[in-house]
Amino acid sequence: MRDLIKAIRVTLVLWGLVAVLYPIALLVVGQVAFPYQANGSLLKNAQGEVIGSALIGQPFSSDRYFNSRPSTTNYSSTNSQNDTAGILKTGVSGASNLAPSNPALLDRIKGKSDPQKAIAGAFPTLQQAGIQPTADLLYTSGSSLDPHISLEAARAQSDRVSKARGLQPNQLETLIGQNIEGRSLGIFGEPGVNVLKLNLALDALPS
Amino acid sequence: MVQGWIQIVLTLLIVILITPVLGGYIARVFLGERMWLDRIFMPLERMIYRLSGISKNEMTGWQYIRAVLISNLVMAVFVFVIFMFQGVLPLNPTGLGAPTWDTALHTAISFVTNTNQQHYAGETTFSYFSQVAALGFLFFTSAATGIAVAIAFIRGLTGRSLGNFYVDLTLAITRILLPISLIGAVVLIAAGVPETLSAPIVVPTLEDPTVQQTIALGPVAHFEIIKELGENGGGFFAINSAHPFENPNGLTNLIQIVAMLAMPTALIYTFGIFANNRQQAWLIYGMVFAIYLVFIGVAAIAEYQGNPMVNALLDSPQPNLEGKEVRLGWAQSALYGVTTTGTMCGAVNSMHDSFMPLSGAVMLANLFLQIVWGGQGTGTAYLFAYLILAVFVTGLMVGRTPEFLGRKIEKQEVVLTSLLILLVHPIFILIPGAIALAFADQFAGISNPGFHGLTQVMYEYASAAANNGSGFEGLADSQPAATGLWWNLSTCVSLLAGRYIPITALLLLADGISRKPVIPMTTGTLRTDTGLFTGVTAGVILIMGALTFFPVLALGAIAEALQLAGGI
Repeated sequence: MRDLIKAIRVTLVLWGLVAVLYPIALLVVGQVAFPYQANGSLLKNAQGEVIGSALIGQPFSSDRYFNSRPSTTNYSSTNSQNDTAGILKTGVSGASNLAPSNPALLDRIKGKSDPQKAIAGAFPTLQQAGIQPTADLLYTSGSSLDPHISLEAARAQSDRVSKARGLQPNQLETLIGQNIEGRSLGIFGEPGVNVLKLNLALDALPS
Repeated sequence: MVQGWIQIVLTLLIVILITPVLGGYIARVFLGERMWLDRIFMPLERMIYRLSGISKNEMTGWQYIRAVLISNLVMAVFVFVIFMFQGVLPLNPTGLGAPTWDTALHTAISFVTNTNQQHYAGETTFSYFSQVAALGFLFFTSAATGIAVAIAFIRGLTGRSLGNFYVDLTLAITRILLPISLIGAVVLIAAGVPETLSAPIVVPTLEDPTVQQTIALGPVAHFEIIKELGENGGGFFAINSAHPFENPNGLTNLIQIVAMLAMPTALIYTFGIFANNRQQAWLIYGMVFAIYLVFIGVAAIAEYQGNPMVNALLDSPQPNLEGKEVRLGWAQSALYGVTTTGTMCGAVNSMHDSFMPLSGAVMLANLFLQIVWGGQGTGTAYLFAYLILAVFVTGLMVGRTPEFLGRKIEKQEVVLTSLLILLVHPIFILIPGAIALAFADQFAGISNPGFHGLTQVMYEYASAAANNGSGFEGLADSQPAATGLWWNLSTCVSLLAGRYIPITALLLLADGISRKPVIPMTTGTLRTDTGLFTGVTAGVILIMGALTFFPVLALGAIAEALQLAGGI
């Protein structure tokens, strides 16, 4: 019994330290010293309305935009009139979890999967558009929110976007270059093009 | 490709540089040496001791075990109650109700055992209060419990009395976990990880404003750093460190990998100081490092080469990026995967279910061996248990009395170590795995057909029994799937047995050894701090692991790899 009371007291005291004081200290530091990062690196338009996050991708599949990677949750987005799954209430993340040997993986990539499902078959779509398929455009991401595509994937889409918008390809080359996010410290991770930022810059071009 | 290898090598160099610094610091903390930090921490610790009624008296083996079990039980109940009353507690901007009782039970047990197997999605199941006050609390205490047990074990092995559990628990938090987490969390926030109580934000998407996107937020940064440092691994979001808010770039990924490796690598060095034999520590370190390097190599090459079935469609082979993020790529994903399974962290930055079969095989091997660095504290203890076993085996071979650190290894030691290493772990993986597979339709919930399905089931139990927590997440193991109840309850058995039976045995082992007389070293003594003996130990580890678990690997991952290579 004495042991039990001691265990309860230790639990409460340590709880106060690591589950109350510690998070509060970091909330204060985050909100005061790094408000942009601490609030989710949100992007705002000229009117000050939030239009997305620099760290979270958005769905893009039309010819007028650089397309994002295929996503199992359509980037935690859905039509607001028809949110039966409650995605918009909390936001979601997820992955396909398909094994390399699962025939469903190859079927999805070839476009043979159920057309009702959110992920369009990447391989035939890319071939039709004359785009050299790269791994990032064929495979779904880990989070389903991947903000990046590879440099090769962005360059391969230049022709299509420039035709759809009537722009010069070299204009797009500059935009892609401006939206490359390189390796951390020049060493760690892989470089990628931030699709949302790139497409925002695309819309901002005088046409 | 070369650039990927450079990243891996540099990361490992950073870890090697940290080892003696952190390992030396941990030794000073638990040897009670004076340091300038005393002035900051002493008043805090005195206050904790006074408020919670901790006296500093030495504990025997059984007293130490009792304290571990009772405190962990209280913490688990406390957290379970928070989950069940989540609906009426504050900081619940998305209005989440209580989870099902079996999800709450499984989560409480999974987090108190430092496993953090997650049969739920963070965004849709737990409020900010549950995440911060319940899960975040167990992040610290379960990790500190592991460190305390490791220190008590090392004390016993080196002939000291075990110490006091509550003092060790407190010191592990105030001197090690909390200060490092405070600094690490600030760096993570600066690098882009959110720390806010704001509700999720809904925005219209740029391409089609009738389609809206919800951006889930939360107090992530403070949660994230202790998640890795404490080998916990439970993600704030469903998709863990693959989520751009948990792991936004290469720098945060580096911090997470180093944080995962920091404690288990350092504790080997700490042992060297306690035993006053750093050579012994570095030899064991080198042995584990060699196994670790081979595993990284296998996984990295497999991911870089990619999926032959998909590559057949393409002009040139591409890496396997299914379930991987562009900013992390094949190299950081493979390194993270091998590290998180080796250190029993269980955080993931890419989906293990979608890794190539040979990567899956090395990750599973990590869970089976439990020493390629091993869990917070317990991994280091297992390593020395293997050494004792190797001493016994070589002693039998050369006909000398087995001795370790100047003390005789006798019947009790051999019974306890073989119970630890040879029995508990396989029993609580293979038997429930066999039951789930025998009733595959009712229980297993396999999502990937063929050989991979066997690996999915065995991985889940291996992850539970090894207190790792990662998973082949295609498995239908969460509510409301029909197989959710089975998985929640059956893994609880493996979680508890995989944690508390070994801890009990380790502490009894250490208590027994600490009471033995020291035998003076003679020319006839079998030295354990030599390259030859370390090689024998590696052999013992690999043979034991291979004999027990090879059928699972052969029928699962290896068969799948052959199938893919054959293009069937």
